[in-house]
Amino acid sequence: MSEPKETSITVCPRGPLLVRGDFEILDEDNQQLDSRRGTVALCRCGASAIKPFCDGTHKLNKFENR
Amino acid sequence: MHLPTPRGQVSQSLAAVLRAAPDAAEFDQLQSALDTKLSEQGDVLFDDDLQLSLFMLYELHYRGFEDADENWEWEPGLLALRQRIEAVLEERLRAIAGPAPQVEPQAANVADALFALAADDSGPSVSRYVARNATKDQAREFLILKSMYQLKEADPHTWAIPKLDGRAKAAMVEIQADEYGNGALPKMHSELYRATMRGLGLDDSFGAYVDKVPAIFLASVNLISLFGMHRRLRGAITGHLAIYEMTSSIPNAAYARGFRRLGFESPVTDYFDEHVEADAVHEQIAGRDLAGGLVEAEPQLMADVFFGAQAAAAVDVLAGKWQLNAWQNGISALYEAAEVNA
Repeated sequence: MSEPKETSITVCPRGPLLVRGDFEILDEDNQQLDSRRGTVALCRCGASAIKPFCDGTHKLNKFENR
Repeated sequence: MHLPTPRGQVSQSLAAVLRAAPDAAEFDQLQSALDTKLSEQGDVLFDDDLQLSLFMLYELHYRGFEDADENWEWEPGLLALRQRIEAVLEERLRAIAGPAPQVEPQAANVADALFALAADDSGPSVSRYVARNATKDQAREFLILKSMYQLKEADPHTWAIPKLDGRAKAAMVEIQADEYGNGALPKMHSELYRATMRGLGLDDSFGAYVDKVPAIFLASVNLISLFGMHRRLRGAITGHLAIYEMTSSIPNAAYARGFRRLGFESPVTDYFDEHVEADAVHEQIAGRDLAGGLVEAEPQLMADVFFGAQAAAAVDVLAGKWQLNAWQNGISALYEAAEVNA
């Protein structure tokens, strides 16, 4: 495993993007979204009910993208 | 909390022993009560006397009991006695866990195998019942049964941190820090659970309802202490945490729907909403970096990683059946304080 940079994005097989480090998530009006935690999982399958965050739904809809 | 109401000779003798100082104790009586109990043929998972006794023995290492002497915590005779109950419990857990998946010991394979175990939804679905059918009284029972773990959520897994190293340790710390609200008290998961309990008019202090909680639910918490406190079981504790995280987001979304259906909103539902989001993060870290990282560092632990996950799932199936059987028959899933199986 290489040393992660200050901010890193990990692509989870058949799952979300894990974002760690120093970042902010903004909405379309440039308002910061409260991510409530240091490491977040961003939805990649499109089916989460709490987008942009992951809610595990990819496991039900058989999201296959690695 | 105070020492719980005994459920048989072992827990009764144990409570008497714990109330006194170690050198003054009537330890022989406790020994012979345990000898008798262990000579009986019964399922330790449903044995109220043994599960309550084990809960009491472990609790000495957590917040303890106001009416127990704290010097008992590392008393060798008591530890030897605990080990006898643990041996019976571990043997039973290994029997019900079933055969471990056979994969190459690499993190990606371990994560895939754990996700596959978590996807087996053949067991009873308490979350579906809570979402669609539970009454307010059943919702309270659900919270009481979960409270034996949720009010000290994360603590039994924290024992594992100093036993791990490298990638697995970093992963465990990342997950546990989030469980503890990254140090912010109101965000600590056990505190969110307290708010949920208060919202339904329940006592939010740890152990307030222990006398109402049947053996199988105490077993589901005892096994985490068993895995967390023994270094040789460090594989099992990582597998346990992984399967817990992997079977959390979707059920918690269902619990949140159930409590909203019953008319509750924030802060009652915060605990469930938080777990939908948090555990979608944690399950990724727990599968690949925690359990997978441990297996890559110590491949001989792979079978125990799966054992921890499969034992947790098997016991949760039994606990789920207990709840649904009771509710579908229109009776309480809790004990009245006096009707335990001694």
